[in-house]
Amino acid sequence: MEKQLRTDFKKIIDSSNFSEKEIITKEKYLNKFIQYGFPGKKNEDWKFLDLNQAIKSNIENLNYFNENLPNEVDSKIYVDGLEHNKIVFINGRIEKIDFKYEESDKFEIKDQFDSECLLNDVNSLVDLNSALTNKYYKIQVKEHYTVKKPVIIYSLTTSKISSKNINIRLDFDLKSNSSLRVIDYSMDKSENNFVNIVYNFNLEKDAILKNYKLDKEENNNIKYSYNNINLDTNSVAENFILSLGSKFIKNEINCNLNGKYSSAFVNGIFNLDNNKNHEIRTSINHLNENTKSFQLIKSVLGENTKSAYQGKIFVKSNAQKTDGYQLSKAILLSDNSEFNAKPELEIYADDVKCSHGSASGSLNQDSIFYLMSRGLNYKEAKELLINGFLLDVVEKITDNEIKNLIKNIMGLKE
Amino acid sequence: MRDKQVQDLKEYKYGFSTEIENIKAPKGLSEDVIKFISNIKKEPKWLLEWRLKAYNRLKVLKEPDWQKPKYPKIDYQDLYYYSAPKSFKEKPKNLNELDPKLLETYKKLGIPLQEQKRLNGIAVDAVFDSVSVATTFKDTLTKQGIIFCSISEAIQKHPDLVKKYLGSVIPITDHYFATLNSAVFTDGSFVYVPQGVRCPMELSTYFRINASDTGQFERTLIIADKGSYVSYLEGCTAPMRDENQLHAANVELVALDDAEIKYSTVQNWYPGDKDGKGGIYNFVTKRGLCQGKNSKISWTQVETGSAITWKYPSCILKGDNSIGEFYSIAITNNHQKADTGTKMIHIGKNTKSKIISKGISAGYSDMTYRGLVDISKNANNSSNYTQCDSLLMGNKCGAHTVPYIKNKNSASNIAHEATTSKISEDQLHYCQQRGLNSEDAVGLIVNGFCKEVLQQLPMEFAVEAQKLVGISLEGSVG
Repeated sequence: MEKQLRTDFKKIIDSSNFSEKEIITKEKYLNKFIQYGFPGKKNEDWKFLDLNQAIKSNIENLNYFNENLPNEVDSKIYVDGLEHNKIVFINGRIEKIDFKYEESDKFEIKDQFDSECLLNDVNSLVDLNSALTNKYYKIQVKEHYTVKKPVIIYSLTTSKISSKNINIRLDFDLKSNSSLRVIDYSMDKSENNFVNIVYNFNLEKDAILKNYKLDKEENNNIKYSYNNINLDTNSVAENFILSLGSKFIKNEINCNLNGKYSSAFVNGIFNLDNNKNHEIRTSINHLNENTKSFQLIKSVLGENTKSAYQGKIFVKSNAQKTDGYQLSKAILLSDNSEFNAKPELEIYADDVKCSHGSASGSLNQDSIFYLMSRGLNYKEAKELLINGFLLDVVEKITDNEIKNLIKNIMGLKE
Repeated sequence: MRDKQVQDLKEYKYGFSTEIENIKAPKGLSEDVIKFISNIKKEPKWLLEWRLKAYNRLKVLKEPDWQKPKYPKIDYQDLYYYSAPKSFKEKPKNLNELDPKLLETYKKLGIPLQEQKRLNGIAVDAVFDSVSVATTFKDTLTKQGIIFCSISEAIQKHPDLVKKYLGSVIPITDHYFATLNSAVFTDGSFVYVPQGVRCPMELSTYFRINASDTGQFERTLIIADKGSYVSYLEGCTAPMRDENQLHAANVELVALDDAEIKYSTVQNWYPGDKDGKGGIYNFVTKRGLCQGKNSKISWTQVETGSAITWKYPSCILKGDNSIGEFYSIAITNNHQKADTGTKMIHIGKNTKSKIISKGISAGYSDMTYRGLVDISKNANNSSNYTQCDSLLMGNKCGAHTVPYIKNKNSASNIAHEATTSKISEDQLHYCQQRGLNSEDAVGLIVNGFCKEVLQQLPMEFAVEAQKLVGISLEGSVG
């Protein structure tokens, strides 16, 4: 692996125009990744989902270099019925940035490398991302500006590529009292690639971020997504994860509640079938007084599927009056499905209200009986119950437009 | 009056040590030391070989390091692995032959060994450093066919039973501390309850570490044959010393068809002084196997002592319809650290488990609940209920919850709840309004918080434990 990495790294450097300083930094991250490699079962954070194993058994001869030929953007891919701004990634390369609904002076897109934004000591995959991303974009929303239409980030892969590692990196800066809605929409036509996405959000005072991640289309890729969110005073981050399509995906969200009265929400749905293996890992760090967090994760697990939820609430000793809540629920539909959870609390302050709950089991037979006695057949009764079970999470979305979009995507009925 | 009482109780009253001549094994861990232990205990050859096998494996094993409380590296070569009062070369036949100093020690600890003085008839096996000094009420138990003696005695007198069950729950291929124990274990209790017998009294062991530089490695083995019932209590204390002492015991429980074992622990090892100096490292492996159908194992623990407590009494629910229970109160104060919880491994069908854990941390202490609930693929209709609550007093301490939940069976249910909070001002206000001072009010609320667990303890223990809960938190309020 090391040899391949080094040669591909050289190709990336040669094909881009990085400054001397950038190359040194990138090399540092590359060495760090080589030292630790892909995380496996021995790593506590990857206990339930062995990435190293998954890559070994699914991807032969993983390549890290993409020729990055320009691709045509097919407008058929765009989401209907919702006016939105667009960022289109095809095979890891930005093909289109379109913010036609916004006031251009309130909005800035930088593509300068900024060493301040590098994320250190997270894990080896973030290091890999820092080492191999060839382009770096930062989207800045200016003070007091509310981005009018949601931004949809399409991340596409075409059937042309296979056995590739694709690294995507975006940064978002929300200045004070600004607000932004982001939808991460992935569409894959490719197979057996490893996609590694890192987003970094900085929220200043009173900023509002709504971050929705939709992994919908059936595909055979292995994906990892890491979102880091720093929150200043009175800012709010709402996250929603829909985990459906990929064969193997791990969504990780790290929220640092740095400012007083800041709050973070993470809601997630797994609805899996066909040998899928998904995980959500969150860590919410309450670092100041009067901060709040809420998490709700629900799983519906079909034949041969596995989902895992690792959620951590950390409360620093000065973070008094913290309110942290976490709930994970799972319905196991098949004898071969598996649900793993590790809801963790690490608390160093005494005046806090923190709780977590986790429940897993089969569909309630009494409820099915009730519905069937009223004329539904078994399948309908089951569907209705699952519909209600998942709707609960979708209803937590505060943005009505997007809520309806997600309901349509999932085929949920009210 | 109360102040005086508090003052008396605040001091660790079991902190004295007994001046008694000891026989010790040479310092350090080696094959020779293991042979020495085996020899002095006149063990059969198979056991020595078993020990050596464990020792050989230990050489390639690494100490685990994933636990929350970190501790300075233990120098295993700087410990005595065997220490026994000199007068013990031959085990005394009866209490009259026992060294009066020992009797005095146990009297001071509140464990009179003379049978007639016992109120409620609890049979006691007292373990002093590496040896069992006395077992009471033997005759009454023997009449029913119950074997209750030290494990050394059992190895001599009931080798078949020991050979069959020793290591059947905690094999020598287990983790570091368990394997260390397998190699060097010295004494402990052995209980066998024959088929269909309901043990008429509580059985109890009292562990005492006395000698310095000594690790205590006892091994307890309890077997409940078909349809039997036994309730077993364990208590522990140690003298106050500046150094940290290691206590790495193994406890194995085996419950056959329809049998029930209830195992209660009140652990009050020396917790170290106010600044966190000294105290016991309590790294214990406790595991119960519900081997037979409809069997039940219930662990109850009140953990107030030790500098570091690191243990997970577990149940392997192998038999169909078997039940595992875990009730725990863990209290840490000053610089104490605890990483404790349980494991419930569901293998059989219709197995049930219940976990109630209450953690209270005060001062500069750190407390972690870590637990595993694992429902395997064939464990149809199994269920688990877990509740772990933590109470924090002050913002210098920490309370953590790390549950692992694994469900591989669609016909099984797992429910888990955890909360962390402090004593609410409203509750305090209410109590104080009705004339309680703030310490009494806290005591009352804490006792209410722990009630679910305290209820599980046998009567005599419950009273002691309730007091202990109060004492451990003295001075942490306000």
